[in-house]
Amino acid sequence: MPLRETAPKLLPEQYEKNFAEIAPAMTKRQAAIEASRCLYCFDAPCTIACPTHIDVPAFIQKISTGNLRGSAREILSANILGHSCGRVCPTEVLCEGACVMHEKGELPIEIGRLQRYAVDHVLANHIQLFQPGAPNGKRVACIGSGPASLACAAELAKWGYEVTIFDRNEFPGGLNTYGIAAYKTRAADSIREVDLIRQLGVKFQQGVEIGRDVILETLEREFGAVFIGVGLGETWDLRLPGENLRGVFGAIEFIEKTKVQPLHEVEVGLRVACIGAGNTAIDVVTAARRLGAQTVNLIYRRGEPEMSAFAYEYQLAKQDGVTFHWHTQPVRVLGINGIVTGLECVRTRLGPPDEKGRRAAVPLPGTEFTLDVEMVVRAVGQKPVTEFLRSVKGLGLNENGTVKINENHQTGHAKFFAAGDCTNGGKEVVDAVAEGMAAARGLDEWLKWPRA
Amino acid sequence: MADLSVKFAGVTSPNPFWLASGPPTNTGGQVARAFDAGWGGAVWKTIGEPIVNTSSRYAAIDLANVKMMGLNNIELISDRPTETNFREIYDVKKRYPKNLVIASLMVESKRESWHEIVRRAQDAGSDLLELNFGCPHGMSERGMGAAVGQVPEYTEMITSWVKEAAKIPVIVKLTPNVATVAPIALAAERGGADAVSLINTINSLMGVDLETFAPRPNVGGKSTHGGYCGPAVKPIALHLLSSVAKSVRIPISGIGGIGYWNDAAEHIALGASTVQVCTAAMHYGFRIVDDMIEGLSQYMDDHGFKTIEDFRGRALPNVRDWGDLDLNYKVIAQINAGLCIGCQLCYVACEDGAHQCIEPYKSAEKRNANGFGVHVPRIIEEECVGCNLCALVCPVENCITMKEIDAGGPAMSWNNRSRGQSDACAPPVPSGD
Repeated sequence: MPLRETAPKLLPEQYEKNFAEIAPAMTKRQAAIEASRCLYCFDAPCTIACPTHIDVPAFIQKISTGNLRGSAREILSANILGHSCGRVCPTEVLCEGACVMHEKGELPIEIGRLQRYAVDHVLANHIQLFQPGAPNGKRVACIGSGPASLACAAELAKWGYEVTIFDRNEFPGGLNTYGIAAYKTRAADSIREVDLIRQLGVKFQQGVEIGRDVILETLEREFGAVFIGVGLGETWDLRLPGENLRGVFGAIEFIEKTKVQPLHEVEVGLRVACIGAGNTAIDVVTAARRLGAQTVNLIYRRGEPEMSAFAYEYQLAKQDGVTFHWHTQPVRVLGINGIVTGLECVRTRLGPPDEKGRRAAVPLPGTEFTLDVEMVVRAVGQKPVTEFLRSVKGLGLNENGTVKINENHQTGHAKFFAAGDCTNGGKEVVDAVAEGMAAARGLDEWLKWPRA
Repeated sequence: MADLSVKFAGVTSPNPFWLASGPPTNTGGQVARAFDAGWGGAVWKTIGEPIVNTSSRYAAIDLANVKMMGLNNIELISDRPTETNFREIYDVKKRYPKNLVIASLMVESKRESWHEIVRRAQDAGSDLLELNFGCPHGMSERGMGAAVGQVPEYTEMITSWVKEAAKIPVIVKLTPNVATVAPIALAAERGGADAVSLINTINSLMGVDLETFAPRPNVGGKSTHGGYCGPAVKPIALHLLSSVAKSVRIPISGIGGIGYWNDAAEHIALGASTVQVCTAAMHYGFRIVDDMIEGLSQYMDDHGFKTIEDFRGRALPNVRDWGDLDLNYKVIAQINAGLCIGCQLCYVACEDGAHQCIEPYKSAEKRNANGFGVHVPRIIEEECVGCNLCALVCPVENCITMKEIDAGGPAMSWNNRSRGQSDACAPPVPSGD
């Protein structure tokens, strides 16, 4: 059943232009000039700000000297997904935000792009920088093939573990492959990056769902320890009337289509409403506009200052001509014959702060209005994969459904370790990598000296 | 408005800026354009028995974004017929009577050869002659250039030959490729030179291509040592200039690393009457002289100097032997925390490379616009030896300054300490090289 009205198809070159890399690769000369701007700080703030603590001045120095292999080694030994992170990290609130150049009144060093430049060199030339460790006879299973699992697996493989990754998707990479705006990174980039982990001898079993294709007991029996890096699941429902109408999508599901389908085949309404104002919502509204949607509305029940999207992301949406409806809350999705025709909204005002200090949005009766749209996208965060997590006996979940872990990333079930979005509730790729590496250390320690 | 004209060895130059002998003064067309741009004089590309040059000829070292910090060449003297050069000198002089054309000369070390070339250069209308006793490559293998300028006796002898024939002032161009330059300058003076110029280029090998192992500049996989010049050589030039300026009475034309008016002013402050520029013109063209003239003139106005003579050599008495320096003069570094950007380059430089007088930041009291801590280090004042290194590496202007402190006691130099007296009434000690 088609949408009521879809955005007109664009010319192929227009799709290419709209989804062209927002931060293109640097040329040799650009990289040399940018690298030479770096002051080579001691105990550098950028390195401190990076969750994986990449030695930024060291890798940039190595770019300056033409030692690209050494530069990439510097990056990837701290963060095996350094390539993705170079593209998708919110660098303005991490390394580049901490760059001393701000205090100097100059633009920060383009650390993300330089990082990508160095890693591109080893990826493009198929240079293997790391070797698997001498086999230690121990086997580890990683569930999920997103950033946390990949980082954990790479560390363990370097130390001699035999690691198998089980993932339900066709392609590895998790959200890196399926969930990041196409103009930041393409699925193919993420899949290519996974080769770095494959080179270490990590085995991938894609299209395998634990509990359906392989039962947990088998994993427990055959592997010394199991790492859970399953991330989060589907987008939360709005619990609104009309939510099941044809034309209502989850944000993650919509983004995924822009990553795995040819862009001209991605279904998008002529007019779109997106509910939520986080970074994922920005990915949705910018993608919708770039796919040709005429009007794209972003609806948020609080105001501009309260939005959780980063300033840089917000700027992107503004540049793409998105209409923002602050202090607005959806009431019901309207439809005819089971197909979305509009979204009824109501204005809100900010109430008193709750116990967390967050001010609730209070609807203002009588301010209801209708947006004529053919597509409604929910971008209100993802649900935990509760059903699966509950199937692991004794795992232990927090109130919000995330996995409970100790400082070594060990769960309530001693044999299971966890990291990434399924434990932190949804953070950046670089956080998942840092946590995945920390979990690998915890897991390694436990397997060497098992307690309880 | 300052008067930039200079009286040099009896002739007047509209300003102290001359093009040095080299590729920019190879032809009459170039020299004419240079005079149009504002250059006061031009030392013609050395004229002698025409030679054959190699391809390639130049090589440079870059420093990060700065191209051609140092340049080297293995080009020889003019490859054009002497007749052509002299005819063009004649034409240029006719068109630009007020600008100085200085004929740079180099011939085999025979009295008659020198007499002949001197006469021809004079007949062409040159204002001055410059004897190229400095070229360090190629020509020196044939007993010319630096082969002459490295030996005081040859320098004196050939200068005196030239003076026998010369009716116009003679400059002797000195090579820096000697253990000490003052004796050569004095030899030129004894030979009758009306002026000296320095420095010629410094012997150098520019580098090696690490793939082919061909040295640079590459001539079919081989290379040879060549003359080094450009911004990188200025400190060497200034040192040699000051030692010559303290030794001779004749005027000096300063050469070496001059790209801006302030470089020129430094040469003048150390005793040069005129300055010569080559690499900067090779890099950016003749137009650079516009800022040189304007900048120098502005500087002189700001300091109340009406003529070049008003500040020429003013820094010279301050160039002293180490033993004359006041050991009781004391400075210590100070970090302006407000300006500090937290790179901690001063800390690591002092800790690893100097005297361990800086502590790294302990807690970030300052935050940047994005809320990240700024790592301001701290000088351990009682340990600071005042070496300047932290201030030199600091990327922020005026963030680290060296503050003079009272070390107690009167001025005391090593020489005076050895003699057991303070500096209070000591006369200045002149110093040569």
